[in-house]
Amino acid sequence: MLTQIGQTVTCWNCGKSPEEVHFCSHCESLQPPTTDYFEYFGLPRKLQIDLGALEQSFYRLSRRLHPDVYFRRPERERQLAVDATAWLNDAYRTLKDPVARGEYLLDLYGMKKSEQKSSNVPPELLEEVFDLNMALEEIRTGDDSVRPQLIEAKAKFENLLEEVDHSLEAGFGEWDRTESRDALEKIYSVLNRRNYIRNLLRDVNAELV
Amino acid sequence: MGIDLGTTNSLVAYMDSVRPKIITDADGEKIVPSVVAMTPEGELTAGRPAADLLLSRPERAVYSVKRLMGKGIGDVTEELKLFPFQVVEGSESVIRIRLGDRILTPPEISAQVLRRLKLNAEGHFGQPITKAVITVPAYFNDAQRQATKDAGRIAGLDVLRLVNEPTAASLAYGLDKRKQGIVAVYDLGGGTFDISILKLHDGIFEVLATNGDTHLGGDDIDNLLIHIALEDVATEWGEDISRDAVGVQHLRRAVIEAKHALSTEPEALLRFSYRGKQYNRHIDRPLFEKLIAGIIERTLEPCRQAVLDAKIEVRHIDEVVLVGGSTRIPLVRETVQVMFQKKPHAELNPEEVVALGAAVQAGILAGVQQDMLLLDVTPLSLGIETMGGVVSKLIHRNSTIPASATEVFTTGVDGQKNVLIHVVQGEREMTGDCRSLARFDLKDIPPMPAGMPRIEVRFLIDANGILNVTARDVRSGKEQSVEVKPSYGLTDEQVEAMITESIDQAEADFRQRQVVEARLEADAILAATEKAMDHDAWFEISEEERAAIKTALNELRMAYYADDHLLIRSQVEKLNQATFHLAELMMDTAVRSALQGKDIREVG
Ligand SMILES: [Zn+2]
Repeated sequence: MLTQIGQTVTCWNCGKSPEEVHFCSHCESLQPPTTDYFEYFGLPRKLQIDLGALEQSFYRLSRRLHPDVYFRRPERERQLAVDATAWLNDAYRTLKDPVARGEYLLDLYGMKKSEQKSSNVPPELLEEVFDLNMALEEIRTGDDSVRPQLIEAKAKFENLLEEVDHSLEAGFGEWDRTESRDALEKIYSVLNRRNYIRNLLRDVNAELV
Repeated sequence: MGIDLGTTNSLVAYMDSVRPKIITDADGEKIVPSVVAMTPEGELTAGRPAADLLLSRPERAVYSVKRLMGKGIGDVTEELKLFPFQVVEGSESVIRIRLGDRILTPPEISAQVLRRLKLNAEGHFGQPITKAVITVPAYFNDAQRQATKDAGRIAGLDVLRLVNEPTAASLAYGLDKRKQGIVAVYDLGGGTFDISILKLHDGIFEVLATNGDTHLGGDDIDNLLIHIALEDVATEWGEDISRDAVGVQHLRRAVIEAKHALSTEPEALLRFSYRGKQYNRHIDRPLFEKLIAGIIERTLEPCRQAVLDAKIEVRHIDEVVLVGGSTRIPLVRETVQVMFQKKPHAELNPEEVVALGAAVQAGILAGVQQDMLLLDVTPLSLGIETMGGVVSKLIHRNSTIPASATEVFTTGVDGQKNVLIHVVQGEREMTGDCRSLARFDLKDIPPMPAGMPRIEVRFLIDANGILNVTARDVRSGKEQSVEVKPSYGLTDEQVEAMITESIDQAEADFRQRQVVEARLEADAILAATEKAMDHDAWFEISEEERAAIKTALNELRMAYYADDHLLIRSQVEKLNQATFHLAELMMDTAVRSALQGKDIREVG
């Protein structure tokens, strides 16, 4: 079962247009998921989300869609419940995490997360990353004298990560106000930078343990 | 019914209108030891009789088979040194164990335990029971879950759902109290350790994170103590009995008794006598705790990881619940209290709570518990092997299940017809460090230049935590065939063959039970009739009546040993008819009117 956004859908049971996201408004039968994650939760495509309300919706929808509720129904409906709940769970997991939420929105607009990992150094970090990689190299060869330098670098990159999270929040706000391509581009570059810093921190932590 | 299929012990429970209850066997015992043995007559038996055989004929018995579920021989080499099992060579993808003249896989052995529980439940309800919820350790991987499901099918059960043990326990706890808040469930059983952190909200049980070790439990404590005692015995007796399976099993029982005593007493005497020799050793609690501290310590890292993954802090946890027999050990309780900074709960029997919870889940599926809903997670990340053996993660651990991911695959060579996808489970970055789950072969791809085909593959982890894979050709929209080659475990065909084999056994079980019940009825009326023959009334009835009773009595005695419950029942009825007048006379005339309609079994 695959989602095809924008296609005309008909109810598998009565053949009419179901008109609603989860259940057919004519025959009340459960429908396979055909919307994006935002719409599945009845939300507009905004990035600043009330997490408490999201959780309440998740619980409410789980009670209506979960396979346990369809256990004594025919096989076809049981399978639909599995598909619907898998979609609901995937959507909830994505939307409740700001980074996953941002990446998902970019994906909806054809901006897939960059596949490159370490080659794509954000220019403003070039110098520090170079020094850091040298230090990492040395500690790997057994030179423990660079340890203080690594600890310092760790603190620095942790601060940077916090800054990046603030920029992300700002990017989210800009998107919610303007829904502009500019905002998407900004989020895209912030997320790339965040990903890069996180990978660096992971390498540093691995050596410091 | 709900089944707790444990490493050491198993239990079965059902929902009695609003409350789960444990089902006992004919002798009133709740616990069925997870031991399977081959009787001297060459029949497979499970539970208590098998546990007795383990002592006298250890080479014909298997215990703790749960540790071998979903494993290959390479996974358990260390472990097998401690167990007396005879593992058959060439057990790479499925372990095969020799038991008497049979060679059996772990699912078939577990199926014997399940069959015993099924019989107990059928004895309780007086009708065939085929649907069950079975619990598994939360940290079980796909192959271990699949093996458990296979065991259920082989036992003739329709496995409605596999439920994680700590989650099941939380259902049993949550039933009474309608709690809100965050609960940690610490489950240290016979062979496995699980920690789960749940959020409770108006009847929704949402698992936030789970972690554990499927190779950590009471068995490890037993093995450690056995090891020490064996060395002592070797010094004291001048004799190494570690290769003597009977001796080791007796020592094992003695060690377990001492361990249990140490949970309530400040010291215990480990008392072992064998072949006329004695070994006694006092163990006090400080020594015991020193010995097992390392084992208990190993539960802490999974706890920390679970708290981290749940994105909470220890102080956010409102309650801690203890599950599993090993949590009776005071040091375990202290360790948990220090870790979670809270006194743990243990109001419910830690050995019964999982089975009770399984029954609650069965009630949820049956629509009896409509307000309760369990949202569980997958314990391990699921990924596929990419270039250079690097794992690309598709579904992360602690994702709520059902969970899914889709990925598009293509070909690397012109005209390529097959694409092989290697799926692994685990947290590490290299395929070799993860657990191989299966290879999925996308077959019959229409020949096209390299990179042109687009096959969309959907990975779905269902509510049992088991992976399902489907594929579709993006261009044609047609379903693409996928052949599954599990890395560990049985193929569908093998399970089918085992089911066929076991249906014969199930029918034999059912007939056997009916014969037993008919014989019980026969026993009652035979005893009553024999007693009545000494009664004064025996001489008050006519000669013909006495002859008829004697004939019916003899016919029933003859039918008694036939394995035919219908024959036994019809003879019971004949004797009942023949003794009707006698029974009436035996009643005191004063109470005769009050007791009208009673038969000989009630007036004798
Ligand atoms: Zn409809």
